[in-house]
Parts: sequence; structure tokens; C-alpha cells
Amino acid sequence: MLRLEARAEPSRAMIYLSPVFALGLTLVAGVVLFEIMGVPAGDALYAFFIEPLSSLYGLTELGVKATPLILIGVALAIGFRANVWNIGAEGQLTLGAIFGGGVGLLLYDVDSKWVLPAMLLAAMLGGMLWAAIPAFLRTRFNTSEILVSLMLTYVATLLLSYLVHGPWRDPDGFNFPESRMFHDAASLPIIFPDSRLHIGFALALFVVVAAWFVISRTLIGFQIQVIGRAPRAGAYAGFSHKKLIWMTLLFAGAAAGLAGVIEVSGPIGQLLPSISPGYGFTAIIVAFVGRLHPVGVLLASLLMALSYLGGENAQISLNLPLAVTGVFQGLLLFMLLACDVLIRYRIRIGPIVSKIDAGNTA
Amino acid sequence: MGNRTLLKALCGTVAACLMSFIGVGMSHADEVTKVGFVYVGPVGDHGWTFRHDAGRKAVEAEFGDKVKTTYVESVNEGADAERVIRKLASSGHDLVFTTSFGFMNATAKVAKQFPKVKFEHATGYKRADNLSTYAARFYEGRAVIGNIAGHLTKTGIVGYVGSFPIPEVVRGINAFTIAMRKVNPNAVVKVVWVNSWYDPGTEGDAAKALIDQGADIIAQHTDSPAPLQVAEQRGVHGFGQASDMSAFAPKAQLTAIVDNWDSYYRDRTRAVMDGTWKSTDTWGGIASGMVEIAPYGDAVPDDVRADADAVAKAISTGELHPFQGPIVNQAGETVVPEGTTLSDEELLGMNWYVEGVQGELPK
Repeated sequence: MLRLEARAEPSRAMIYLSPVFALGLTLVAGVVLFEIMGVPAGDALYAFFIEPLSSLYGLTELGVKATPLILIGVALAIGFRANVWNIGAEGQLTLGAIFGGGVGLLLYDVDSKWVLPAMLLAAMLGGMLWAAIPAFLRTRFNTSEILVSLMLTYVATLLLSYLVHGPWRDPDGFNFPESRMFHDAASLPIIFPDSRLHIGFALALFVVVAAWFVISRTLIGFQIQVIGRAPRAGAYAGFSHKKLIWMTLLFAGAAAGLAGVIEVSGPIGQLLPSISPGYGFTAIIVAFVGRLHPVGVLLASLLMALSYLGGENAQISLNLPLAVTGVFQGLLLFMLLACDVLIRYRIRIGPIVSKIDAGNTA
Repeated sequence: MGNRTLLKALCGTVAACLMSFIGVGMSHADEVTKVGFVYVGPVGDHGWTFRHDAGRKAVEAEFGDKVKTTYVESVNEGADAERVIRKLASSGHDLVFTTSFGFMNATAKVAKQFPKVKFEHATGYKRADNLSTYAARFYEGRAVIGNIAGHLTKTGIVGYVGSFPIPEVVRGINAFTIAMRKVNPNAVVKVVWVNSWYDPGTEGDAAKALIDQGADIIAQHTDSPAPLQVAEQRGVHGFGQASDMSAFAPKAQLTAIVDNWDSYYRDRTRAVMDGTWKSTDTWGGIASGMVEIAPYGDAVPDDVRADADAVAKAISTGELHPFQGPIVNQAGETVVPEGTTLSDEELLGMNWYVEGVQGELPK
């Protein structure tokens, strides 16, 4: 009989090495997969992981794709550490796009360097407002923030849909549901010429550093870690769980809102009925792959972004179907979970030891 | 980034550019024309994208070794589109088709950056010297299936699963309703919006809700066969969308409006090969073969087939326009008087319902 037995002390080194092992195992499984499909594995892996990064434009696109994942992933990771399960970052992102994009449309005729900062601030407020709803309901009525934040995502999508189908529709757009294109004053400055890499990427890197500092160097960060690992110990120490719920949710809302306005004022350039291919949800995966550590999240975001770029590239250069990208991402997560299990547990073969039975009946 | 790494990166870019130039030169020497397609859904949707991919295969079948086609499927209509289109343009493709409205601004932007590559955008309105637009007058097909629905509905209620309330879809609902009420003046159309082009689960749920409200025929402007499959299970009828979906609903499908891009894609590819490609705006209907009516199902009796055929024929010869007056809007006002028809411009921006459509158009 096969069973899992908890290890007394999971190895610290292994916790950080497990994503590396998982990536290695995914590559091995990928080689098998491609050989079965009749595609030379070397070509396929090259198309997936190397070719997208072989030009400066490719590198800048990696940054563009990873920016929303970094911003949201880092913020969610802090919440997850404090046992605050914000599943609705997608909705907070959408509200950020609505608030930030709304300011951009409101100031459509204004050509001032203050338009963009106003949009970014409005977007953070919008995201925080949306995150405040689950925070209030959780701290006041003990409602599950998982359900509330998740369901508010759909409300946010419909709100955006209403706005671009109605009041914010481009007057010269044949009634198609999209806003006007933002003017230069409402568009994010580009870091490299002839690319789409915008200052949002720099903002995301700043958030990584700030989050690392808060978590490891401040009292709040310490409280988050204590409450997350031992809620009762935190309570005895006089840490307010409610305060942390508010703080982590508002921070995630602000970060997701920022990600939203960065998408619409950066690569998209206007408001559309759908502005994100699920970054708010992908960021949950990214947060865990990155071990809930800001730098880990940064690396995980880049890896996840690379897998999307690689998927597109494999379709173009090798005519591989899109489903392969999905299988590949799924493999990576599966391997990561498997490695995690084996770090915390060891496999035992044989009947259950009688000592445990005796302990249970005693 | 240190100076040296920057220098390295620059060298790499220059080398990559040189290589791609050589690549382009070689492809011209071999006379191989590369054609790229950007799809909004999966090629297996059996609807919109499926038919565009059939067009791509028709290009390959026609020109064999002289073309190389590439496609990228399920491309998000937001930030990702520009990268994919640019990637196709920069990897030696001579002609790129972007097959969803949401790719318009991204296509226009990339077209400006790659003046030597030809672009074709489906269902949009932005054009340039190297950017054409093309679409099909699906509303002509809608008039034919509306006629069939008018003959065959017993409850007088037809359910319509809509994607987004954009002019294209509203035009289809109106053409359908006008033709239906010509043969059955009391029949009405109920619309449910699912806010997606391809979401089998939601599309199926919408069809169930419509059947529960008394609809005995389901029409759809979404891309999956799910509504038709629900119709099959519940013993009512429906129409296939974009392709012949009778395999999914052999009893339920009365007919289908089939998109046929084959000849357009072949012609445009040939034009690029000949060097005669010019930026154009194409809007083809039944007469041009872009819109086809699939074989009728067993549930359509002979007299109804004859009438539907007559409608299709009259539209293709120009005798009948699906939007010829008198047309009455929901408020009962005559918006198109007898003897006039709506112009293409008015059709392109249509945002009102005709009489007989229930509910308010979301705005």
C-alpha cells in the first residue's frame, strides 16, 4: 500500500528549489510530448523558450505581458500570507480600468502632464473601492471574501460592458462597443522606442521592491506573517486581524486597479468590453508558483508570460496548436504541486504502522 | 543594463533584422507567398473561426507549394492582438488576414509600421493603402432563415441567442424579424445576450431559457453549436451558425447560414502573387457566394423550401432587399417609407430594433 507521511521538517532549500525542479520535469515531459507529436523536441523548446527572447522586441513584449501579472501577483501574495483569499483581482483590475480610463475620457480634450497621474490615482481608488466591499463584509459580517470578491468580478465586467456599449462609446465608431482611443497625454510613455514596453513595467518592479521591504522589514509585514502562520498567536500578541484584512485587500485592489489602467492606457489604448484575458486569475497561480515571495512572483510572472509568448510563437513558426500551450502550462503546475507534496511528505510503501492505530484508539 | 549588454542586445537585433531580410529575400526567390491568419476563437469552434480556417485550407489547396499559410488561434482582442499581428508581419508574411472586429486598431497600427506587408481586416471600417476590409452580408442569409422560421413556428415565439449588441448582430436580428413577420405577422423574436462570441455553456443556457419562455425555434449569432444541441435535446428546431452544424443536431437544424471565405481568400492571395493587390472594401452577399444556405433539414416541408429558395434568389438578383420599406421600429414609427431601402451606411451603424423584436436593445 502506498501512502504519504508528513515529514517532520520540510527542507527550506527544497521549498525554493521545487519550482526549479518542476520546470526541469516539465521540460522533460515536454520533450516526450513533442516527440510523440512528431515535432523535433529541440525545435519546439527553442520556439517556446528561446526564440521569443531572441530579439529586443521580444524582450520588451515579455515585460508588457508580465506587467499586470507582477503587479497583481505580488499584492495577492501578501494577502495570501495573511490568510486573506482575494480571488477577485480580475474585478479590481476592471474597476481600475473603468476609473482610470474614465478620467482619461473625461479629460479627453486636456493636454496636460497631469492627466496620466490622475488616471493612475483614480484607477488605484477604483480598485480599492471594489476590494473594500469584500473587506467590509468580511470584517463586519464574517462573509467569505472568496465568494464576494469572485462574484464582484462579474459585476465589474458587466459594468464595463454597459459603459462601452453606452455612455462611453466612441461617437465616431459606428456604434461599436469601444471607447475613443486615448490621446498621447493619457497614454503611458514608452521606455524603448519602437516597442510597447511602457513605464508600467518600471512601476511593477518598484512594487516588487516595496512589497519585499514591507514584508521583511516592517511591523506590518511581521504581523502579516504571524497572523498567517498562527492566527491565535497573533491575537495574543494583540495584532488586529481585521486591520490586516482591510490593509491587504486594499493594497491588492490598488495594485490590480493600477494593472487595469496600465493595460488600457498602454498596450490597448482604449476601453473595450473585455480588457484582460484573465490576468487577475492567472496572478493567483503566479503568486503560488512564486512561493508568495515578491521576487519569486516576479520570476514566476516572467515565466508565465514567456509561456504565452512561446505558445504564440510555436503556432507561427511550427504550426503547433494552441492547446499545446495549455498542456504545457498545466504540466508546469502539476509538476510544481507534485514537488511540493514530496517536499512536505514522503512516500511510504507498506501497511499502516500499528503504532498510529494504537495512538488513535488510546 | 550595462553598456556592453546593451551593445550585445543591439548587435543581436541588427543580426536578427539582417537574417529576416535574407529570409524575405529567399522567400521571394522561391516564389513562396506567406499568408498569415489571426483567429479570435479556436479552429475547432465549428462556427466562425472554423470557416475562416476552411478558407485558409482552400488557399493551400489552390496554390500548393507556392504558398505557406500560418494561423494563430484564440487570440485575445485586447493587448495580445498587436503582438501576434506584428510577429506575423515581421516573420516574412506577405499577406495577413485578421478575422475579428476587435483586431481593427491593432491591425491598423501594425499596417502603418509594415507598409510592404498587405493586411486584410474582417468586419471593420479602418482602411489604409496596405489595409483592406472585407465582410459578408450575413443579413441576407438571416432574411432567408427568418422566412423559414415564420412558416414553421407554432408558438409564434422565436428565441435568438445574441453575442454583443453591435450593428452587425442587430442587423441580423432585424433582417430575420422583418422576413419572419412577412409570412407570420404575429410572430415575435426574444433575444438573450451572452456577451461572448464563443462560450458553449452560456450559449446553451441562453437557449434553454428561451425555450422555457415558449420559443420553438432558436436562432443564434454566437459561434458554437451549443444552442442547436439544446434545441435537439428539447425537441425544438434551430439554425446553424457560420457553418453547416447538422452533425451536431441532425433533427433540429432547419438549415444554416454558411460563411464561405474560400474564393475571397484565394483571389486576394492570387492578387498578392500577381502584384495586383489593392486596398479595397468588400461586402459580399448571397450573389457573390460569401453567404450560402446549407441543405434543408427534414423538418422543412417542400412548400417552405420553395418559398425560402425564392427569397434567396430574389435577394441574389437584387429584386428584394432585406431592408426595403416600409419598416416600422419598436415604437411603431415608420422609419423606412415604402419604396426606399436603407443605405449601406445606415446598415453599418444600425442600433435600433424593428417591430416584432421584444425587449430593449442594450445601450
